[in-house]
Order: sequence, then structure tokens, then C-alpha cells
Amino acid sequence: MTKPRTTGPKPWISLSGIGVFAVLLLAVAPLVLTDHWLNNLGKYCCWAIAAVGIGLAWGRGGMLVMGQGVFFALGAYSMAMHLTLETAGDRIPGFMVLYDPLAPLPMFWEPFRSAGFTLLAIVLLPVVMAGILGYALFKRRVKGAYFAILTQALAVALATLISSTIRETGGDTGLSDFKYFFGFVLNDPANKVMVFLIAAGLLIVCLLAVWQLYRSRFGELLVATRDAEERVRFLGYDPANVKLVAFVVSALMASIAGAMFVPIVGIITPAEIGAAASILMIAGVAFGGRASLFGPALGAMAVGWGQSSLGSTWPEGWTYILGLLFIVVILFLPNGLSSLPSRFPGRTRPKPDVPPTPAIAAAELEEVRA
Amino acid sequence: MDALIAPLLNGSAQGALLLLAALGLSLTFGQMGVINMAHGEFLMIGAFAAYLVQQVITASNLSIPVALPVAFVVAGLFGLLLEVTIIQWMYRRPLDTLLVTVGVGLILQQAALQIFPSQGVPVEKPGWLDGQLNILGYEWPLRQLFTILLASVCVAALSAWLKYTSFGRRIRATVQNRDLAETSGISTRTIDRLTFFTGSGLAGVAGVAASLIGGTNSQMGAQYIIPAFLVVAAGGIGQLKGTIIAAWAVGVALSYFAYWTTGSLAQVLAFILVIVFLQLRPQGLFTVRTRSLA
Repeated sequence: MTKPRTTGPKPWISLSGIGVFAVLLLAVAPLVLTDHWLNNLGKYCCWAIAAVGIGLAWGRGGMLVMGQGVFFALGAYSMAMHLTLETAGDRIPGFMVLYDPLAPLPMFWEPFRSAGFTLLAIVLLPVVMAGILGYALFKRRVKGAYFAILTQALAVALATLISSTIRETGGDTGLSDFKYFFGFVLNDPANKVMVFLIAAGLLIVCLLAVWQLYRSRFGELLVATRDAEERVRFLGYDPANVKLVAFVVSALMASIAGAMFVPIVGIITPAEIGAAASILMIAGVAFGGRASLFGPALGAMAVGWGQSSLGSTWPEGWTYILGLLFIVVILFLPNGLSSLPSRFPGRTRPKPDVPPTPAIAAAELEEVRA
Repeated sequence: MDALIAPLLNGSAQGALLLLAALGLSLTFGQMGVINMAHGEFLMIGAFAAYLVQQVITASNLSIPVALPVAFVVAGLFGLLLEVTIIQWMYRRPLDTLLVTVGVGLILQQAALQIFPSQGVPVEKPGWLDGQLNILGYEWPLRQLFTILLASVCVAALSAWLKYTSFGRRIRATVQNRDLAETSGISTRTIDRLTFFTGSGLAGVAGVAASLIGGTNSQMGAQYIIPAFLVVAAGGIGQLKGTIIAAWAVGVALSYFAYWTTGSLAQVLAFILVIVFLQLRPQGLFTVRTRSLA
């Protein structure tokens, strides 16, 4: 079985790619772009962070995570609760007063007054939740389509739960109108640039993290688990642990993305975390190239741009484009745009009747047969 | 008494609807390893087919019985079209099939939204479904009983078809061992298409039943696909009885949870229930024994 390229031929090529990307985002973008577009770019950066995690879990680990909105929500709502309380000060948040002026603050809101607890929650909540869910599923060898649909079911369930708890979470209108971000006034343009820089910086950190993971023994083990789980098991490793680590890291990235999404966009609603939003995150990763280093991030930015520009000016057309994107990319270009260069003549070109990724295809064929 | 009986009866009807939706999924997943995420949209197509039939045959007493076979054929043809144009190229990549059909589902939903009024269309209930049946003090709507009867008839027809006809034998052979079936001279390609047609058609029938209970709109398919798949996962693939028991159990559980708590919390609880159940039986309720590793 041919081994897919886990890293580029020389590590410094990828590393300098990340460097160029960092300079573009952190130095060039704030100078060139208007406030409006910088804010949009910040939003795309958040989706890109979540996409890097999906690339790790799905592209390298073969786990189709269709419910990353759940972990996105954990980070986003943790942050949003803190910002809401910071804005409200000593009073009960405005939207709660609307429904029942006399009721006290719900119990689970109380700790989010503390900035430290909020930051800890953004990191620990997804880790714990993904840890428990992943342990329960991977140890029992739940995989493939079962795993995908279960994660999506979780996203649907959480979005419905949030929609229905208006008094506690703001329901469908969500949480919005944040004035302060850890003491900084959010309306101030300088602070907006700062928030953007944090989001872009976190994206670079996530890219560096997966770059290192992909080069490590763990990265090789993860790809091995994706392509032939049984062989990994027979070699004495526990594939469940390998998958669990990748799943937890990807959940953490989604949570960080959600946490930064809130101060940048200024609102979080169940629509941003439900099944449709989770699928949108997948779309970007598939488009860019699930197993590549930059593909998921760039693909997510492209889809994010389409969603926020075409999605608002021409919503009908955008849905068709999104649907066609799934069909065309997955059918003809399973490794996304990042696989285009290797398909040009002169390089190794796969034979027409063989799928472009023989390793993945063969592994999954074995799974069907099994 | 009412508090105990009402969720049981409502849940059984909901389970019957889930069963109709899950039968097709279970068939195609069991045989081809293909998860069709557009299955919910085929259900929607069935419901809209019922509406269109009512535009032609205005007497609602007659139109629903006519709509059932029409919905079966229309949704089945859509399924066949999907198989021939897209899915047949993807049998080697089952997980990718899931994503491709997500795309197909998006397109079908948007198309329905543009063709039909966005708030949905009314499907008239026939007069003979208007009444209630008094069961231990609970006035049970007849249309729920109709859903259960419809599901029973479909299951009976399907299992008879699988058991006694030559097509059914070939389908079962393909499910159990595709290579051996092919070697024995069965055209598995034809069988695959037939299965896909039948599975999608059953979704269409489920759509007619759903249109009598809830609203008919472009979003209706999306709300059935996830519970239907949970049923398939819990029931185990390759056998009808697992799907039947799981559908009933999930329907009744959802109904009781919703009665005790709220509708949204019920979904979360049902999800946890399925996860816990998969801890006990990762392969589902019943499985065809194989000698494979996983």
C-alpha cells in the first residue's frame, strides 16, 4: 500500500509557507485592509482554526467529524457568557430580564464572571467532552458513517437545546451586544485590530501545532490508523488512543475558534453551531484538501468568504453552489484543490481508472468488506 | 393512566414513521455500505408528491391512497437517478458518499424551497382519518393508527419480497457475500440499483405519512434523517427485525422523554441513550454473523 505524503519533501518548505502566511495575516493585512474587511478576515480565521482541527481528525485520522459545531459552541458560549456578564456588570444580563425580571442568574453562569475560569473553560470543556465521547465511541470501535452521524446528531441536539432555553442562553436570538473584551472596549478600532491579531495568531499557532504533529511519530501512526486500523492493532498499538488524541485536539481547536468568533462577530446563535454550520466547516476542508497542511485553512477561508458575501446577497445561488461544491469536489477531487498540482503532467499522475488516493480508497474498501 | 398511555401510543406512531424512514437507509447501508444523507429529502419528495396528487384528484378520501404508490415511484426514481449519476462511482469510498449526498440534499432542499411556497403546502387529511379511537380513556387520533398500519404493511411486503421472490434472494445473497454472489452469476449492479430504488421509494411512502401528521415543507426531511440513522445504528444492519424494534424503542423513548421534559431535551436524552446502548452492543441489536475483524 502506498504511503501518502505525510510531510512535504523538505520540512522547511512547509515551515516557510507558514511563515509567509503569518507575515501576510499579522503584518500586511492590518495595514492594507479596511476595518470592515479586517473584521471579515478575522471571522474567516476563526473558521480556518476549526478547519485545521477537522483536517487533523478527518484528513489524517479518517474520522469524519460532522459535529464540530458542538465544540465551537462550547468555546463560543463560554466566551459569550463572560462578555455578557462583563457588559452587564453587577446587573442581570438584559435579555434575561426580558423573560423574567425577578429570577436570579442561572447557576452555570456564575463562574463565568471570572476571566480565568472562562479561559480555562474554553480549553477544558471541549477536551473533557471530546475525551468522554471519543473514549466511549473509539473503544467500542464505532467508526466510519456511524461516528459521523453520531457527531452530527450531537450538534443537532445541542442546537435544539440552546434554541429552547431562551431564559438561560438567549435561545434563537443568541447572545450579542458585547461592549468589553477582558477590559478592552470592543468598539475601539485599535482593540478590534488587537482581537483580529489574536485570532490570526492563534491560527498560525494551530498550523504550527499540526505541522509538528504530522511530522511526529504520532502523525505517522494516525495516518496508519486511517489507512489500516487492523494492522495498527496487530502491531501492538491501540488505535482508539491514537484517534482519541486527534479527536480531542480537533475539538480544542474548534472551541478556540468559537471563543474568538464571539468578540469578532459580536453575536453567537444556535444557527452558527448546528448541523448546517458544522457541514459548512466540512465543506471548506474538503474544498481545500483534507489531508494537506494548508488546504483546510485556505479552503475554510474561501468557503467563509462565499458564505458571508454570496450567502447574504444571493442566498439561493449560494446553497446550490455549496451543494455542487460537495458533489464535484468529493467526486472528482477527493483531496481538494491541494491535489491539483500533482495532477498536472510531468509529475506522477495517477492512472485514470484508479481513484486519486489509492491508500484511502483501499482502506475503506477493506472496511466495507469487513 | 392517560399520562402513561398517551406517550406510548404517540410514540408508537412516531416509531412507525421512523421505521418507514429507516427501512430504506438500512437496506442501502446494509447492502452497499452507502449512507444516503439525501434520504430525508426523498421523504420530502414523497410528501410533495402527495400534495401534487391532491391538486389532480381533489377528493382527499381518494387522493391519499393514490398518493402512496405515486410517492413510492417518484421518490424511487429520484433515488435511481442519484445512484446512476453519482453513487455508482463511489462504492469504493463509502464515507465520501455521505458527503456527496449531503450536497445533493442541500440542492434538493433549496429547489423545493423555490418551487413550492416557502411556508410549506397543506396536505388535506382524508375524512376517514379524522376520528379518534378511545383507548383506556385516551382519544387516539386515527391518523396515528394509520401510520402504524402503513408501516406494518410496508414491512410485511418488504420481508415477503426479500424472502420469497427471486429478486429478494439475490438481494440477501449480495448483502451476505457480495463476491460470492457475483461469482454465482448475480448481477450485483442491477441488484444495487433495485435496492436503491426500493429504499428511496419507501422514504417516499414515509413522506406521505409524515405529511398527514406534520407540515409539508422543504425542511421536513432534515428532521427525520438523524433519528432514522440512529435507528439504523441501534438496530444493527442487515436484518429487518433489529430496525423494527429499534424504531419502536426510539419513537417511544422520544415520546416519553418529551412528555416528562421538553421536546428539545428529549432529543438530547435519546442521543445519550443510543450512545450508551452502543457501548453495550456496538454492532446494534442484531447482526449477521461474519468472520470479519471489526
